[in-house]
Amino acid sequence: MSLSVENLTVYYQTLQGQVRALEDASFNLADGEIMGLAGESGCGKTTLGFSLIYLTERMRYIKGKVRLNGQEVPVWDNKKMDKYRYEDISIIPQYAMSAMNPTKKIGKMVRDLIKGRGMKFEEIESEFLRRIKLTKLSEDILKMYPIELSGGMKQRMVMVISTLLNPELLIADEITSALDVSTQKAIAEMLVEFRDRQFLNSMIVITHDISILSQIADSIMVMYAGQLSEKGPKEKIINAPLHPYTKLLISSLPKIGIKIEEEKLSGIPGKPPLLLNPPVGCRFRDRCPVSFEKCKEVPPFVRVDEDHYVACWKVAEEHV
Amino acid sequence: MWPAGRWPKNMFKLENVSKVFKVGTFGGKELVAVDRVSFEIADGEIIALIGESGSGKTTIGKMILRLIDISSGSILYRGKDISGVKNDKLREYYRNVQGVFQDPFSSINPIFKADRIFETVHEEFFKKVPQAEWDEKVHQTLLRVGLNPEHILNKYPHQLSGGQLQRFLIARALLLDIDFLVADEVISMLDASTRIDVLNLLGELRELGLSILFITHDLSLGYYISDRSVILYKGRIAEMGETQKIFNHPLHPYTQMLLESVPQIDKAWEEEAILIEDGGEGVAGGCVYYDRCLNPDKDQKCLHQPPELVEVEPDHFVSCWHI
Repeated sequence: MSLSVENLTVYYQTLQGQVRALEDASFNLADGEIMGLAGESGCGKTTLGFSLIYLTERMRYIKGKVRLNGQEVPVWDNKKMDKYRYEDISIIPQYAMSAMNPTKKIGKMVRDLIKGRGMKFEEIESEFLRRIKLTKLSEDILKMYPIELSGGMKQRMVMVISTLLNPELLIADEITSALDVSTQKAIAEMLVEFRDRQFLNSMIVITHDISILSQIADSIMVMYAGQLSEKGPKEKIINAPLHPYTKLLISSLPKIGIKIEEEKLSGIPGKPPLLLNPPVGCRFRDRCPVSFEKCKEVPPFVRVDEDHYVACWKVAEEHV
Repeated sequence: MWPAGRWPKNMFKLENVSKVFKVGTFGGKELVAVDRVSFEIADGEIIALIGESGSGKTTIGKMILRLIDISSGSILYRGKDISGVKNDKLREYYRNVQGVFQDPFSSINPIFKADRIFETVHEEFFKKVPQAEWDEKVHQTLLRVGLNPEHILNKYPHQLSGGQLQRFLIARALLLDIDFLVADEVISMLDASTRIDVLNLLGELRELGLSILFITHDLSLGYYISDRSVILYKGRIAEMGETQKIFNHPLHPYTQMLLESVPQIDKAWEEEAILIEDGGEGVAGGCVYYDRCLNPDKDQKCLHQPPELVEVEPDHFVSCWHI
């Protein structure tokens, strides 16, 4: 087991109170697993990603355990986490490609980064150059400033940098979303190649775009309003989802070959609840077509099939 | 170029429209954003303008909306050239032609209540309409775009969701009795569960006779909603015509590459190398797609002579020397 998360709960502290952005998340990641984390904006997917590596100023760890290869990781302690960051757990945050220091050349930036981890750049220089070539970038890039690179080049550079120390876990947050479709495909396939070459062990790919996940992920986990809805093998989530939210979400995606005149798709009526004061029980209850009395209690995230977990009373009822 | 009389009642006609931007520190360099683009838009038709970043799709939308001037060529709206239109005539034009853009939050002043935009329209365009009558019209229009006025009015922009706000802005455009809407990436910021509703709304408005220029980078959305499509690459039209023909039978190497790269949940990607280098400036004088073109037959002609759009079957145009 590469990663195991148990009842992880993280809130945001605001002046109005606590925003319950991540509630009781429990899931596992197998060795080499690429898990797609999908959900709408504000569902807590980025919060989950961050809570595994770095708690931002307003994030409050409430409870839960995170284990990496069986060893507990002190995610609640930003200082202790420093030892794990980059070497064991690495993240490509959203907009990382625009976050590179514009006044430093790429080569200098990487050098400083490695020095900052108390290592010698020379030790990994040859591997670094090998990986740059592998991603079809030229070595000249090291003498360039970030502004001189295109979106796709920057994103490849960010991928090489963030996996340089072969982390156990990589969290990639929306790394394909600002790119053109052709570049998007190349970057997504590169993620798989990095895993295949064991530059990293397992990976969480956060995106709002399920169709990308259908291409590269092994498993998909869907979140709604801070709660986990469903996790399962990619094929099951896409072809035979069980949670009512996943079902509606998948059916609302337009595919090439579907025209409005032939098949009118529909969205999900209503909108997600505010997490400042979320409803008790299942948070999808108000928008759910099959909700019933029992849904006023929080549905447990239970295993219904091999590697397939669902948090829904209705589904649980049917699978008993 | 168009056979006369094929599309009667043409609303818009773009003829060899180009846009050249001056770039560089002293404006010494020129960037051709749109290069001799011609197409027409009929009444009650949705045209998808599809392209990647830098294809010039947004520039075309802005030229139609008169937000930027065209460098050469002409845009005719119901037979009249729009480029010199000023003052009252321009106001009249905006009564008929409006735009909605990608980010609904930056389209609205966050300091004021969101419904202030309706009052602005009232003051600017319909001064003579009494308040009560106007309020009723706003009410009806909001219902028409699928919003509940009671939930929407008297709120600040941050209290509304992106989907609500985007419909809000469409309602604003509809208040003007428009017959043409430029919809520039209107749903790319919306979540999957709400974007389809906004897309369906555009479909319903088409039923009522509205024409829409649907600018998008997302091919599946374009396929879902549009009657005809224009595929742009670096300011040039690569392929255009009836949407179904283009998607089911793509002929330009660029269109083929795009369709192959789009992630689709019911189809795995094919293993094929894609050149992701951005290709630099392209080759002066030749086909703009030359650098990235994977067609093994590409030759000196492609390098030196720009291909023109040719009609390969009824309402299906391609600009490529090798088809």
